[in-house]
Amino acid sequence: MSTFAAQLRRDLLLAARRPAEAANPLLFFLFCTVLLGVGAAAEGEALAGHGGIWVLALFANTLAAEGLFERDHEDGTLELMLIHARPLLAAVLGKLCAHWLVCGLPIVALSPVAAWLFLGSLADAPLLAASLLLGTPALALIGAVGAALTVGVGRGGLLLAVLVTPLQLPVLIFGVGAASAGPFALYALAALLAASITLAPLAIAKALAIGQEY
Amino acid sequence: MGVVQALLRAEGLSCEAGGRTLFRDVAFAAAPAELVEVRGPNGSGKSTLLRCLAGLVRPEAGRVQWACDFDYVGHRAGVSAHLTAIENLVWLARLRGAATSAADRQAALDGVGLGAARHDLAATLSAGQLRRAALARLRLGQRQVWLLDEPLAGLDAAGARALMALIAAHRAQGGAAVCATHRPLAAPGAAAGAARIVQLPA
Repeated sequence: MSTFAAQLRRDLLLAARRPAEAANPLLFFLFCTVLLGVGAAAEGEALAGHGGIWVLALFANTLAAEGLFERDHEDGTLELMLIHARPLLAAVLGKLCAHWLVCGLPIVALSPVAAWLFLGSLADAPLLAASLLLGTPALALIGAVGAALTVGVGRGGLLLAVLVTPLQLPVLIFGVGAASAGPFALYALAALLAASITLAPLAIAKALAIGQEY
Repeated sequence: MGVVQALLRAEGLSCEAGGRTLFRDVAFAAAPAELVEVRGPNGSGKSTLLRCLAGLVRPEAGRVQWACDFDYVGHRAGVSAHLTAIENLVWLARLRGAATSAADRQAALDGVGLGAARHDLAATLSAGQLRRAALARLRLGQRQVWLLDEPLAGLDAAGARALMALIAAHRAQGGAAVCATHRPLAAPGAAAGAARIVQLPA
């Protein structure tokens, strides 16, 4: 527990010390939402709706995942974490938890704005928020696997997107489906979250260890 | 002479990097109070040997046996630029599940001459001070073996003397250190005596 808390605390502290960096993906999400919403309003019809919001959430997540391990790798704290964290998985989970709190939870919080702009009403906002609450942690976990695999590659952004987007498609499909398919899609999202929270940390720990062997 | 249980034993270690063999069949042991200096020209694999001992790099052949816990100060300082020296120490101590008091941390930073800068963000520290911040965790960690990669790099004369004293004190308490270095690290006149040299071929 101490290991988990130590890593969580440190990463949140680091995010607080670099607010501009932490806010980047959220600003991207907000700007695109507003621009697309306004653009659609000018055309006089509702946009792609749920699909549009989910794609923006996915891109924002990929944007945030890019720097997840890179700076730790450069300053050497990543190798310290690999050497000293016992168990390593607790530290990895702490890191992932901080990552989602900084870049996933705010998107859930912003989702009513997106619902209003994209869907034309707030009627669907609770459902959208619920689906994002289940979907964004899954997106963050899968994105983090890609980030762990591309540590040290340098400007690995596009490679990261190519690697993880196909794996994130099921989350996207069921997330968008929540609007029409109802509870079933939410259960599927919960199942995807359960699977990714079980498997992703193992894959991340392994990928980070392999990444040290240069 | 009685058989002293080695704290660390490397047997037949071979490492490659980018398809090129760095070293082959390196074997040595580090007993309590011993200083092992890994020597060799640039590119001979000193850092890789240390990373291999730390378990970060898997050797092509051979094995590393540990009889105790270790601390590692590598080529990269392992200090987050946007945290203070104290915050960096707190993070690592908690990550290891070790409880440290504020006095311990203060003593560790004072010991490397960084007491006054403890609340400065690491980003504002000079290269030498960053090195000192990294070395501070050795004192705090109380591990029996230290793995140090070019520990003198970036340190001024006073810093180098402080580090040699730190290593001598560590050895006096039965600790061992394995250092990749170009300059001899045994403090002149220290009771612990000379170092064991592991020479890597060019």
